[in-house]
Amino acid sequence: MIEVKDLHKSFGKLNVLNGITETIRDQEVVCVIGPSGSGKSTFLRCLNLLEEPTSGSILVDGVEITDEKNDVNKIRENMGMVFQRFNLFPHMNVLDNITLAPMKVKGMDKAKAEAEAMELLRKVGLVEKAKVYPDNLSGGQQQRVAIARALAMHPAIMLFDEPTSALDPEMVGEVLNVIRDLAKEGMTMVIVTHEMGFAREVADRVLFIDGGKVLEQGTPQELFGNPQQERTKNFLAKVL
Amino acid sequence: MNDFGFHFWTLMPRLWVGATITIKITAIAVCIGMIIGMVMALSKLSKIWPLRIIANVYIECLRGTPLYVQILLFHFGVPGLMNSLDGVSGFYFDVMTTAIVVCSLNSGAYIAEIFRSGIQSIDRGQMEAARSLGMSHTKAMRYIILPQAVKRVIPPLCNEFIVLLKDTSLLAVIGVTEILKTGQIYITTTYAPFPAYIGVACVYLILTFTISRVVNYIEVKWNMSSK
Repeated sequence: MIEVKDLHKSFGKLNVLNGITETIRDQEVVCVIGPSGSGKSTFLRCLNLLEEPTSGSILVDGVEITDEKNDVNKIRENMGMVFQRFNLFPHMNVLDNITLAPMKVKGMDKAKAEAEAMELLRKVGLVEKAKVYPDNLSGGQQQRVAIARALAMHPAIMLFDEPTSALDPEMVGEVLNVIRDLAKEGMTMVIVTHEMGFAREVADRVLFIDGGKVLEQGTPQELFGNPQQERTKNFLAKVL
Repeated sequence: MNDFGFHFWTLMPRLWVGATITIKITAIAVCIGMIIGMVMALSKLSKIWPLRIIANVYIECLRGTPLYVQILLFHFGVPGLMNSLDGVSGFYFDVMTTAIVVCSLNSGAYIAEIFRSGIQSIDRGQMEAARSLGMSHTKAMRYIILPQAVKRVIPPLCNEFIVLLKDTSLLAVIGVTEILKTGQIYITTTYAPFPAYIGVACVYLILTFTISRVVNYIEVKWNMSSK
């Protein structure tokens, strides 16, 4: 469970997050939507401290992660992240991309790490690409490998930062399918996305962020079907 | 003009002896320089500010003064200072010591900048992805950033190797019998500067050309094997 309290983040004089308070329950799938520059990616990146919050608190399973006494690496092991631009390691093949962190961070032996990696590749439908380098994969395939790589650490929470925004349209579906499967398995997920149809289908709850605040939130039916705020209505009218 | 051929070919074998010294100094200096350079590059990028300051001072001083001056300062200046102290006399550096120490320190400063820019050229997302998987900064550097940076620094590193190889000719001033000094010794007994200097230039050219071809070959092969 993630409890965010009065989260602020500024870059120099620019205030990107202006007090976000939000609770994400176990096994909940939360989609975060909002216009570009609204702070939704920054919000997500604060959750695993890729951005250091300026103020506020973030509790993950009761542990205050912004407290410097807590080991940030341990906290991140438990939270997988998938990036807009995949960020696979180009100097390693697919299998090594996936097994590196379990081996080097958790000290898992090679045979076990590879067996688990193959299992994950089966799950994302890329078993035959195990020995291929990322440059030789399509965007959709790279993103599926990136998801497998994050899952290899057995995280309790998965964070997705616009996972389909850098993909050609015909590859969006294959990536969304993988995320959909994770949702069915009960993975706790926070997904920043521009795919409104997908958010509506997969989310338990949708947050609409604008100007660094959660302007409105609710179930997909509530938020897409009957938005309360003027700003939300305008945004949805443009994107739907 | 017959004289030219005579002097050129008489000198050539001696120049190759000098070349072994040039190559030895350059190779050792680049190896030590790479170690210094890596330490200094990581220091310069460190979050710990005293390390950054040390690295910056080192790099600026060594790059901002001529190698020629550094050689003279180290070889004559430092012993001069030592011998002016009470109770110290007859302190001096062996010429090869000076050669290796000064060349290593000098190339270390240039190599540090090569490594630094190589590390910084790696996309920020690589570090973020590694950290998001729970890797420490050190592990991310070791397994993700440095292996990618190493490939990118090979061309500038090769260039630095060639520059240093040519710059070792400055060591002639303190009497290291490398290529240039060997040529100069020949001139003092034969008064044949033109064939001697042409010979010297040819040996440098052959060495630098060979190095750049070899590195080129390695680079192409490496790119093919890991893509």
